[in-house]
Amino acid sequence: MKHLLDTVSLSREDAISILDIAEEMAQVSEREVKKLPVLRGRTVVNLFFEDSTRTRLSFEAAAKRLSADVLNFSAKGSSVSKGESLQDTIQTISAMGADALVVRHPGSGTPHRLAHTGWIDVPVVNAGDGTHEHPTQALLDAFTLRRALGGFCASGAVKDGPRGRGLDGAKVAIVGDVLHSRVARSNVHLLANLGAEVHLIAPPTLLPWGVETWPVTLHYDLDEALHSEEFAAVMMLRVQHERMHESFFPNEREYARLWGLSAARLAGLPKETFIMHPGPMNRGFEISAAAADSPRALILDQVENGVSVRMAVLYRLLTGQEETND
Amino acid sequence: MTQRTVLDAPDMKRAMTRIAHEIIESNKGSDDLVLLGIPRRGVPLATRLAEQIASISGRPEMASELVGSLDITMYRDDLRSGAYRAPEPTTIPAEGIDAKTVVLVDDVLFSGRTIRAALDALSDLGRPSKVRLAVLVDRGHRDLPIRADHVGKNLPTSSSERVNVSLAEIDGDDGVTISGGRE
Repeated sequence: MKHLLDTVSLSREDAISILDIAEEMAQVSEREVKKLPVLRGRTVVNLFFEDSTRTRLSFEAAAKRLSADVLNFSAKGSSVSKGESLQDTIQTISAMGADALVVRHPGSGTPHRLAHTGWIDVPVVNAGDGTHEHPTQALLDAFTLRRALGGFCASGAVKDGPRGRGLDGAKVAIVGDVLHSRVARSNVHLLANLGAEVHLIAPPTLLPWGVETWPVTLHYDLDEALHSEEFAAVMMLRVQHERMHESFFPNEREYARLWGLSAARLAGLPKETFIMHPGPMNRGFEISAAAADSPRALILDQVENGVSVRMAVLYRLLTGQEETND
Repeated sequence: MTQRTVLDAPDMKRAMTRIAHEIIESNKGSDDLVLLGIPRRGVPLATRLAEQIASISGRPEMASELVGSLDITMYRDDLRSGAYRAPEPTTIPAEGIDAKTVVLVDDVLFSGRTIRAALDALSDLGRPSKVRLAVLVDRGHRDLPIRADHVGKNLPTSSSERVNVSLAEIDGDDGVTISGGRE
């Protein structure tokens, strides 16, 4: 494994090995010294061409816990606003000496481009590209689900965690704006690869072209789907206003009424169904406060696990000599 | 390839019993003692020592409170240049290691680099009052100024030889063999 660009090409073995390493990383957060010397003297550059709170902070915390030096770059306030091209920006960073790039970009495929153009020869981690993929979010969702469904504490250090396991047989619903969601795309492929049965529940206007070729079951009615299936977890997606340039649904109130996880829908779910959301949440819109703050919501566990999972990804990509195929 | 047995199962049992007694003697009992095995083969060895020490002290039920494992993968000095290695679990007894006598347990002491890494890992977990080292086999050829306190067998080897330790818990049977080297 040289880069982490998507979850489509991530094998089940590699995915489970990352989740298992993340179990070890979670132990570190409870130790006296919350740092490992793994990446001492190496530099991780966070390149954020798009806004982010949790992903950027989470990657920064992960790299620092592994003793790496971290350089943060955000497009706002940089020479990008003076018109500098992506190639020049990357080559500038390369000249300053980077050992890994963590990239978020509004253009789908940008991390892939950086990994393959030869502008810079270091591991590239996709931290979200356009409407394509967000592999570390899917990995932390899988980590959280694997914990919760195995009956373990959903976050923090667990002594004999669910190492070596997948998500075989778990029924997971992903609800809402699938069309614009890189989180949904990454989750569909990763969860299916780990053995879960993935259901997408969305209005037809918010499903992408070619969705019928994905390893999923489709539903076009939330109440009917929640009624007919018993889901182990329901993942609500954020409605991405910033990417919506046309009308995908009549108005917000109708969306909230038909597609939001309201208090009433929450009450109708089986008691053991977990609630997930990749954040940031639009409370009262796709998810009600009752659902977001309920004891079975894993939303803060997802954030906490993000650091351990990203430590595991950096560890996996930046240690060990491996022959590269690309 | 020639292979000869250096320790068979009864030899190994005797060596472990002797180490258990030595640990109790140098610690003046089994109080404040923690045995940390280094994965993989140090872990079952530490468990065996803990069981013996507990039964010698007349409290066989305390064996599990004495023993843990200490993974050193993240502290290796060849993380960048060596092959990729997946970390193994680290488990520390509930009481922690502060102000305890920690005995590191490993199967073979060779270059000493594993123990150097283990000492670094240990200092990130707490502050033991003393750290000791027990190994089943000391085969020489140290790269670092490190020595063992308790040794099952000193084994003069050439650096081209390979020392193989098998343990019932991992490999099905107990024994130490040497293979390779110049014919």
